[in-house]
Amino acid sequence: MSHSEAMNSYSLVAEGLRKRFGETHALDGFDLAVREGMVCGLLGPNGAGKTTAVRILSTLLRADGGRATVAGLDVATQAAEVRRRIGLATQEPAVDEILTGRENLEMWGRLYHLSAKQARSRAQELLEQFGLAEAGNKRIKHYSGGMRRRLDLAATFIQAPRVLFLDEPTTGLDPRNRNDAWQAIRTLVAAGSTVLLTTQYLDEADQLADQIAVLREGRVIVEGTPDRLKSMIGGDRLDLVLRDARDLPEAGDILAAFGRPAVDPDTRRLTVSVTDRMSALSHVMRAMEAKGIEVEDISMRRPTLDEVFLKVTA
Amino acid sequence: MTYVLYDSWTIARTNLVHWRRNPTAIASGLLYPVVMVLLFGYVFGSAMAVAGADDYRDYLMPGMFGQTMAVGITSTLVVVTTQASYGVTDRYRSMPVSQAGVVLGRAISDMINSVLELAILVAAGLAVGWSWHNGPLNALAAIGLLLLLRFSLIWVGIFAGLKLTPEAAGASWMLLLPLTMVANTFVSPSQMPGWMAVPAEWNPLSATVAACRRLFGNKGWVGDSWASEHAMLLAVAWPVAITLVFLPLSARAYRRLSR
Repeated sequence: MSHSEAMNSYSLVAEGLRKRFGETHALDGFDLAVREGMVCGLLGPNGAGKTTAVRILSTLLRADGGRATVAGLDVATQAAEVRRRIGLATQEPAVDEILTGRENLEMWGRLYHLSAKQARSRAQELLEQFGLAEAGNKRIKHYSGGMRRRLDLAATFIQAPRVLFLDEPTTGLDPRNRNDAWQAIRTLVAAGSTVLLTTQYLDEADQLADQIAVLREGRVIVEGTPDRLKSMIGGDRLDLVLRDARDLPEAGDILAAFGRPAVDPDTRRLTVSVTDRMSALSHVMRAMEAKGIEVEDISMRRPTLDEVFLKVTA
Repeated sequence: MTYVLYDSWTIARTNLVHWRRNPTAIASGLLYPVVMVLLFGYVFGSAMAVAGADDYRDYLMPGMFGQTMAVGITSTLVVVTTQASYGVTDRYRSMPVSQAGVVLGRAISDMINSVLELAILVAAGLAVGWSWHNGPLNALAAIGLLLLLRFSLIWVGIFAGLKLTPEAAGASWMLLLPLTMVANTFVSPSQMPGWMAVPAEWNPLSATVAACRRLFGNKGWVGDSWASEHAMLLAVAWPVAITLVFLPLSARAYRRLSR
């Protein structure tokens, strides 16, 4: 395969993107490559540079350095061409409060240069596809957060974009609305767009993405499939809180069967990464009882983003 | 580029729908000038004497027209800042929408809005006894000058709107209102103290209002300053100059959003 053919199978390529706002290096050598039809989750805490990356790749912002192509087109020099091929959902849904859902979609449709008739029928299709057919003639100010987000996602999809940018699509939504938004995103993905999705939540990236890139301080520090990332950071975390701090060393020995536990004497807490949740839980409970160690609390949870960073940067 | 007109009409239409669905804004936007006509025409007017004017309401109406055009800038400002803060501007910019279309659409709907405002004010003026005395053509020329001023201020509104927060935009009338009154709108600058009379005479609004009074044939204040004597010239020159400065500035501010 020639070099250019290899590049063609990527819908999104960023090489050494840099962007500075005053003294802050929002992006500092950002590299990323996403293959056609893949969903890439860009995972990072607030201020890691996720939004800056999305804004540069969607032609809203100019990079100070580096280069990027979207659908094979340079975002800096071919911005107008890029805009014909992308959809963007910003953190705040960019919906017009005063219009109805249908009117919003028709307006955006006309701005994508559909005829009035085409815009009408496209709006109807999208309302049905995103479960908003009944609410279509209501004004947005009467929509819930999840409905707004769904309408916003539907709007990105008017022209069936080659590449779709979703910037923290579920931030600020309650769990039910979050599921709603996930469902809408899956609809978009099923239609074959390449998607770059930013999120602060590991489980969201895990749910939706084929590929996860972890962003910290303006650069990608680790990248791979969710499975690869999970095996890198270990499985679930078992948290154990003891009644008596003097039992900590002995409890630590028991947990050592799974790996080296993190011990916090102040809160009398031990944390260890486990792979088989149920057998680990019953093994630990039985061993504690046998040794007569009093357990105040035991819980199983997914690793937090902080723990991912600790692991990855260690 | 072929889509500039199509895009501008889409945007203008949306803006007009906004306007139609916001009855309180319509009521305040249209009734405010009418209330001002009544307040100034009858409450203050009974105590007002303007040099060279026989009838205060005859003098007042062109001032009201001019002030309404000038204050119209706040509606441009508020919409532009609000759209920028809600990410609507970002969405426009990520789409193959022509930038000229977005801006032109704003201008079209603001102008339609202003024509309606003026029509209501003219009706209110006729109701309180104001009229034009130099024939319909001169009256139309005066209306044209008023709309020219409004048109030039759209670019100031777009430029400032891209730089300000919605809160600051909402408070802008506090600055704007005095600026529209240190002029010949309500009283004659010749009755003001000297330090205030000079900016009042050179105020672009004064040029438009003085030119309108002449075209309508409404008597009152003809000063002997250069600005007063060349009001007709300035009523064209000011808006053209404002447009020449702020149209490129607002285009630049729009481009600079990508910094």
